[in-house]
Amino acid sequence: MDTKQKKATAYWKENVRYLIILLSIWFLVSFGAGILFKETLNTIKVGGFGLGFWFAQQGAIYVFVILIFVYVRLMNKLDKKYGYDE
Amino acid sequence: MDVQSWTLLLVIISFTIYIGIAIWSRASSTSDFYIAGGHVPALANGLATAADWMSAASFLGMAGLLSFTGYDGSVYLMGWTGGYVLLALLLAPYLRKFGKFTVPDFIGDRYYSNITRSVAVVCALLVSFTYVAGQMRGVGLVFSRFLEVPINTGVMIGMIIVLFYAVLGGMKGITYTQVAQYCVLIFAFMVPAIFISIQMTGNPVPQLGMGAEVLGEEISLLDKLDGLSTDLGFTAYTDGSKAMIDVFCITAALMVGTAGLPHVIVRFFTVPNVRDARKSAGYALLFIAILYTTAPAVAVFARTNLLETVSDQPYEDMPPWFQKWETTGLIVFNDKNKDGLIQYVGDADKNELTVDPDITVLANPEIADLPNWVIALVAAGGLAAALSTAAGLLLVISTAISHDLIKKQWKPNISDRAELIFARLSAVVAVCIAGYFGINPPDFVAATVALAFGLAAASFFPAIILGIFYKKMNKEGATAGMVVGILIMLYYMLKFKFDMFGGGSEEDWWFGISPEGFGTVAMLLNFMVSLVISTFTKDPPEKVQQIVETIRLPKNAGRASSH
Repeated sequence: MDTKQKKATAYWKENVRYLIILLSIWFLVSFGAGILFKETLNTIKVGGFGLGFWFAQQGAIYVFVILIFVYVRLMNKLDKKYGYDE
Repeated sequence: MDVQSWTLLLVIISFTIYIGIAIWSRASSTSDFYIAGGHVPALANGLATAADWMSAASFLGMAGLLSFTGYDGSVYLMGWTGGYVLLALLLAPYLRKFGKFTVPDFIGDRYYSNITRSVAVVCALLVSFTYVAGQMRGVGLVFSRFLEVPINTGVMIGMIIVLFYAVLGGMKGITYTQVAQYCVLIFAFMVPAIFISIQMTGNPVPQLGMGAEVLGEEISLLDKLDGLSTDLGFTAYTDGSKAMIDVFCITAALMVGTAGLPHVIVRFFTVPNVRDARKSAGYALLFIAILYTTAPAVAVFARTNLLETVSDQPYEDMPPWFQKWETTGLIVFNDKNKDGLIQYVGDADKNELTVDPDITVLANPEIADLPNWVIALVAAGGLAAALSTAAGLLLVISTAISHDLIKKQWKPNISDRAELIFARLSAVVAVCIAGYFGINPPDFVAATVALAFGLAAASFFPAIILGIFYKKMNKEGATAGMVVGILIMLYYMLKFKFDMFGGGSEEDWWFGISPEGFGTVAMLLNFMVSLVISTFTKDPPEKVQQIVETIRLPKNAGRASSH
């Protein structure tokens, strides 16, 4: 493997690592908090909402938006680190 | 001014803006027509994607649906937003780097096969047509309700407008009209929501008002609504009645389906580079989230208002909006026990009132006694939502015909000018077909929208994901996966929605999963079939594996081209 190839593989590995972390959070706030653990979380009340219901109808969506912008930031940094930025 | 004059005024102003933009942004090449030349700024693309995405169903239907299903409606909220995370992280950047015009382009090239390409074209057409019919119907409904023209005339007016800017401007025209349409629709959605939130809770932010204490009472709005609902024999608003596994599967199917819809994916081909593709996905979801986090609040306000207004009240005392919607047949009152009072209860035998969920958003400003211009604004917003989505879908249809079929398979040597003419002609044909379905709606429109998501989830999503993340995926695996995914999805829908193949009721659902959620199962099956078949067949050629290597690196995305 030449250095160019090595660089590309390392970049891809880091990219996939970010994806796994971000998608785990994506799964936790929607399928986790909003569906699977909804009943348990509903016993906690925040701002008039049961927490499980809040995640299902509000919270998950806020987290989704944040996740994408975090991803954009991380990837811009990663591109720069490996010289793939334009 | 009365509601009708206000509506006419706002509709004329907004339509003039759309047409003006269309004339200003005419397409002069196929690149302009298919992907707006590839230089739409990230912010504009985010706005356009949001308008493209939010259809008449999101604008008019969703708050109503939530209002009548409570927690169960969460599947749509999470499903139709969570898909954008998948899109931004797993699809958009790589497809942009790949740099072609359409989704079948990617599938055809990545799987080096025209058969695979054709399967993708069929899926794209199927998904888009089922979707667009409902949009034209939505346009007709708004026209007929607010301007009192027959519904078919409404559909015709909508057709002419869409025809005008889709044919003239292609993607370029559509993109910039969608930017304007987003502004109209979000303003139209937020103004009544803010008004009603202040009226009911004193909090001007509907997202907070939804959980706040009711004005002048010591109880939070959600607790009050739960109480009202259970007193009348309905399920508590914040509890669902669907099985957890079904909620899980429907949410997953909608998320994955969203990420696999061709008219959404193609929007990410229009930005200059990979960096902007990522960023515009973020903007898109942000703009969508504004409406999608407000809708559940509107649903709670509307439901509480409705229960308080009608429950056990004398029929004679009903406000004027009640009679107005009664004449449309969307509110039906049947005084079963002849006591002159309205019993609106969960028990079907005793219930005397049926309310169509679709009227929630349209009737909400009237129910809350808001000024006439607000009611008219909602009409203009509904039109903007329906038109923007219809235009985006029509573009996918015309591109599939002129580019994926004519250019790529039938006449590869066709000139750019001739291809552009074909693209415009296909757009005309597509609008006419969509208009036909709008005027003669098949009675399965509602069912087929769910089918569209299931199909997209069962076909495109695995093929694209594997194409990017698994270098060794070959044409045999991907084609087999797509075919198996679609067929099993179609079979399940036809069996349980349309009573074919022996039909079946809820008890017969496999693993207790509804047809709406079955896309998740079909998608998993697609993944499995693809992986198994590919291990027993030949690896893809070295050149294709090279393509996969390049699309993983963001640099030098260049402008998309057909070569």
